[in-house]
Amino acid sequence: MRSENWRPSASIKVLKERALVLQKIRLFFAQRDVLEVDTPILSYASVTDEHLHSFSTQFKHPFSPQTSILYLQTSPEFAMKRLLSAGSGPIYQIGKSFRNEEAGRFHNPEFTMLEWYRPGFNHLQLMTEIDELMQMVLDCDAAERVTYQDIFKQHLGCCPLTASLSDIKILANQYGYDELTANENNIDTLLMLLFSQHIEPKIGQVRPCFVMDFPASQAALAKISPTNPLVAERFELYFKGIELANGFHELTDGPEQLRRFEQDNVKRQNMGLDIMPIDSNFMAAIRFGLPACSGVALGVDRLLMLALSCSKIDQVIAFENSRA
Amino acid sequence: MLDGEPCNILENEFVKPGKGQAFSRVKIRKLISGKVIEKTFKSGDSVEGADVMDTDLAYLYTDGEFWHFMNNETFEQIAADEKAVGENVKWLVENDTCTITLWNGAPIVVQPANFVELEITETDPGLKGDTAGTGGKPATLSSGAVVRVPLFVQKGEVVRVDTRNGEYVSRAQK
Repeated sequence: MRSENWRPSASIKVLKERALVLQKIRLFFAQRDVLEVDTPILSYASVTDEHLHSFSTQFKHPFSPQTSILYLQTSPEFAMKRLLSAGSGPIYQIGKSFRNEEAGRFHNPEFTMLEWYRPGFNHLQLMTEIDELMQMVLDCDAAERVTYQDIFKQHLGCCPLTASLSDIKILANQYGYDELTANENNIDTLLMLLFSQHIEPKIGQVRPCFVMDFPASQAALAKISPTNPLVAERFELYFKGIELANGFHELTDGPEQLRRFEQDNVKRQNMGLDIMPIDSNFMAAIRFGLPACSGVALGVDRLLMLALSCSKIDQVIAFENSRA
Repeated sequence: MLDGEPCNILENEFVKPGKGQAFSRVKIRKLISGKVIEKTFKSGDSVEGADVMDTDLAYLYTDGEFWHFMNNETFEQIAADEKAVGENVKWLVENDTCTITLWNGAPIVVQPANFVELEITETDPGLKGDTAGTGGKPATLSSGAVVRVPLFVQKGEVVRVDTRNGEYVSRAQK
């Protein structure tokens, strides 16, 4: 019935604005001597994170009877860190990332990611640079900074770092999630639910808001804070109800990194998901020596939604998934 | 099925932190009580599917209390009440085929065809010579529905309407 599906989901006017924003971003990094790089989208390994689902495809080599599985990258993180280990210095990339099982107002299974790394920066210094980029692109006020613990306490009256699973269940039940909490024994799942539904919509309404010091159990690839083992040096940026960026003071400890990947695969196994091969090239690079650095991934499509006041991601990409 | 009632999903918003668990925030209409509720599910969670059956029946007439439909092959008739017909009453055209959802043999939802053709019973004359279709004007159709039509379409004409969004599509093909 939808014979209009050949048309772009974004207007040509928006696509022109999109091109201008991309130019501005490239100029921003050129002025700061950050090198633009272009790493593979197809890789023999992908993330182990149990909440990320990679697309995979098969590679038939012309000289070999065998086929190999190739994964479409959920972010360019591993390849970019290999460049850092090889001595690239500060780098950025604007490219497509792919995440299966994600589609909605703020999600398209393929999307444009801006990711950059700053050797020698801690996460606080990187946040300052992100803030400068935000002000340049969005013409907004300087961002505010809050800790995950403070903002959680302020909005939900409970400490997310010391509360027990049953405390968090009682809190979630007050918001009507009884059925969900009945079978849920992962405290992070409940924290994510409460945070996304009852804190995210309220923060960063006037100016962008950095939430930092995430619980250590949600560290992903961030260092654990040297001063507080309950939190990780991880931050997220929110503006007008949109989660815009996720950044880390990057973990550079090879054995710890391997332990986290293996833990992810244990969780995957318990959830009935496929075990993911651990990226041996990335592991070798981190063992060789990843320079102390901070890095951030920022959703360019969402940045454009904010820059152009669009309510759906479809409105800022040429052809959203159902028209692809 | 929720709380023993078959339900219809009205909206489903995908919620997912970049590094985290995905959820679905779902707006649901309970088809028996008509209640609209919101629920949040973890992505991948499942609920019992309702044992409902869709059947295509022709609309016959209404006696004011019930709307009567007939299976054109078996000539079996079924009467749907106001709750089942709901807002779709404005798209019911005699002899048009509708999809009736049956639960335990009783009709609970009446879904009209995606496109119906109805006569305009009332509309402003509009401007002569306007063929660009800018702006448009409201028109009342024989079923009572009100849709926006281009200025050049006149009272007495039969128009094709998309029942899913209530938008004018074209003049009816004669």
